[in-house]
Amino acid sequence: MLKTISRAALVAAAIAFSPLPSFAADIAGAGSTFAFPIYTKWADSFKKETGDAVNYQGIGSGAGIKQLQSKTIVFAGTDIPMKVEDLKKNGFVQWPMVMGGIAAVVNIDGVKPGQLVLDGPTLANIYMGNVKKWDDAAIKKLNPSLTLPSADIQVVRRADGSGTTFNFTDYLSKVSQDWADKVGSDASVEWPVGVGAKGNDGVAGTVGQTKNSIGYVETAYIKQNNMTYVDMINKAGKHVSPTVDALQAAAANADWAHAPGYYQILTDQPGDASWPITAATFVVVYADPSDKAASGEVVKFFDWAYKNGNAAASDLNYIPMPAGVTDMVRKTWASDIKNK
Amino acid sequence: MVVNSSVARAAQTEDRTRTLNDFKSADALFHSLTFGASVLVLLVMGGIILSLIIAAWPAMVAFGVGFFETTRWAVHAKPHPVMGVLAPLYGTMVTSVIAMLIAVPVGLGIAVFLTELCPLWLRRPISTAIELLAGIPSIIYGMWGMFYLAPFLATSVEPSIVAVFSHIPLLNVVFAEPISNQNLFNAGFVLAIMILPFITAVSCDVFATVPPVLKEAAYGIGCTTWEVMRNVVIPYTRVGLIGGVMLALGRALGETMAVTFIVGNESKVTGSIFSAGVTISSLIANEFAESDGLHQSALLYSGLILFVLVFFVLTAARYMLARGERKLGA
Repeated sequence: MLKTISRAALVAAAIAFSPLPSFAADIAGAGSTFAFPIYTKWADSFKKETGDAVNYQGIGSGAGIKQLQSKTIVFAGTDIPMKVEDLKKNGFVQWPMVMGGIAAVVNIDGVKPGQLVLDGPTLANIYMGNVKKWDDAAIKKLNPSLTLPSADIQVVRRADGSGTTFNFTDYLSKVSQDWADKVGSDASVEWPVGVGAKGNDGVAGTVGQTKNSIGYVETAYIKQNNMTYVDMINKAGKHVSPTVDALQAAAANADWAHAPGYYQILTDQPGDASWPITAATFVVVYADPSDKAASGEVVKFFDWAYKNGNAAASDLNYIPMPAGVTDMVRKTWASDIKNK
Repeated sequence: MVVNSSVARAAQTEDRTRTLNDFKSADALFHSLTFGASVLVLLVMGGIILSLIIAAWPAMVAFGVGFFETTRWAVHAKPHPVMGVLAPLYGTMVTSVIAMLIAVPVGLGIAVFLTELCPLWLRRPISTAIELLAGIPSIIYGMWGMFYLAPFLATSVEPSIVAVFSHIPLLNVVFAEPISNQNLFNAGFVLAIMILPFITAVSCDVFATVPPVLKEAAYGIGCTTWEVMRNVVIPYTRVGLIGGVMLALGRALGETMAVTFIVGNESKVTGSIFSAGVTISSLIANEFAESDGLHQSALLYSGLILFVLVFFVLTAARYMLARGERKLGA
């Protein structure tokens, strides 16, 4: 017995005092919960390949920016791109890292995924409380062959502030002047109607158990929870489903070259194949960081992710940035960030 | 021998003085340590209140008394943001009252059963189950409440309650349609389950402090179990019981995670407890991460109000206790 204990102690001591493996300082990032699954997965593979550790915490986009401002982290993740003047004011540089989609989901007896189709103004009217029943003329007109119940629409939305809500309300503001005037777009807005649920999980769960309800979630959650998604009529007037191709089309059609500071919101983009509620998530760093080594490591990490991380991203239902955009971002890194 | 003894006596006295001095300084040290610990609590409390007031100040200035009269929570309203704490304050109180109305009788009932009536073999499993109830993290209550309890209550139980009271004035307002899947009553119900262990555990502990001889005497003159509980045990343990109930109420007022999942998060005040609402802690939990400026200040202001609310509840409890004491002449 004693022998085992002393041996265990010896092993423990050996572990405790052995020199650490090649060790660069942990680089710490925080922010967007939307980006959390993919950033942590990338960090995992990155550590295996290079030995460098990246630690990312999903604390919300706004909180991430705040942490970066107080210099407790070296990069922030945000789903709400910062405006150029805000970037300048803070001495920040941002770039888009990966994309995702947002789709409406419903729970109506007999309606299967992709069967129901809505357009932007109708979706806005549902969330304004102007369209109250599923057999409303506006919905019937878009779905002539579908039998819809004469039941009250149970509207579900996010209760917590989120980038998902920002992009969703940004889309509604673009397609409905009424929405833009009365509600507007932000991470949290004053909702005219509906029950608030916490997080994508909360919305998915609430829609799942509430008959005749409608909610909005990131497309990754649709697959995970087998939800009944709604097809949309896009800006070009075409009927589209929330597929990878449709999301990528939206990003490809966006005019990144003329978006200073990569301030680009991907909702309601032109193009026949574009999914209308597409969103990018952004990385923000200091242009002139105090810790050059850590900041250089951040760039190295995200460069690695652009090169090697697309398969992992697709596995998790994220959409990689088009090659044209990543080339632009690399130039930005070289010119705008002082790493040395 | 004689000479020696006087020397020894002198040495003894000196020893005695030194030992006494040692005791004295040890006592002084002990006193200052415990005193320091107690003052630390006051300092921490004062620090929290002060920093809350400082952080809430911009919102106090911007909204004034209107903060208590407004149910709108429009952070980005044009031209000025409109934020009011009325709906969350109302929701906090309603859910806590519902929780207490359910949990106090049930918790006391369990405690009485466990200490007075329960066969020995059943005592262990029931008290373990109660302890487990206290050990479940609140997020689990939230998830369970959202996925299973809330839909069950909203579709199977609440419609019949509405039907029963539909013709009774006042009650048909409190229990009214439309029934939201996530509502104030469901939140209160989950809170009741969460605070049950506090009430039960504290009650059991204080019931155990009743001297057996008192109970035996009461039984001896022919009292029933009910009479012994009503006239001996409960009066004897009143202070402890109220303490347990207040502890539970404190938790109910401040509970965040579980409520956020079940309450519906709608900033409105309605008479019906079957409609969605919001509480102060769920409001803060939802919005704090993405808030800044006046918005954040308003959230901290709400937090300060919750703080004051809890303070008043505790003060009221003390006051009630003191009055009860005077009545008893004890």
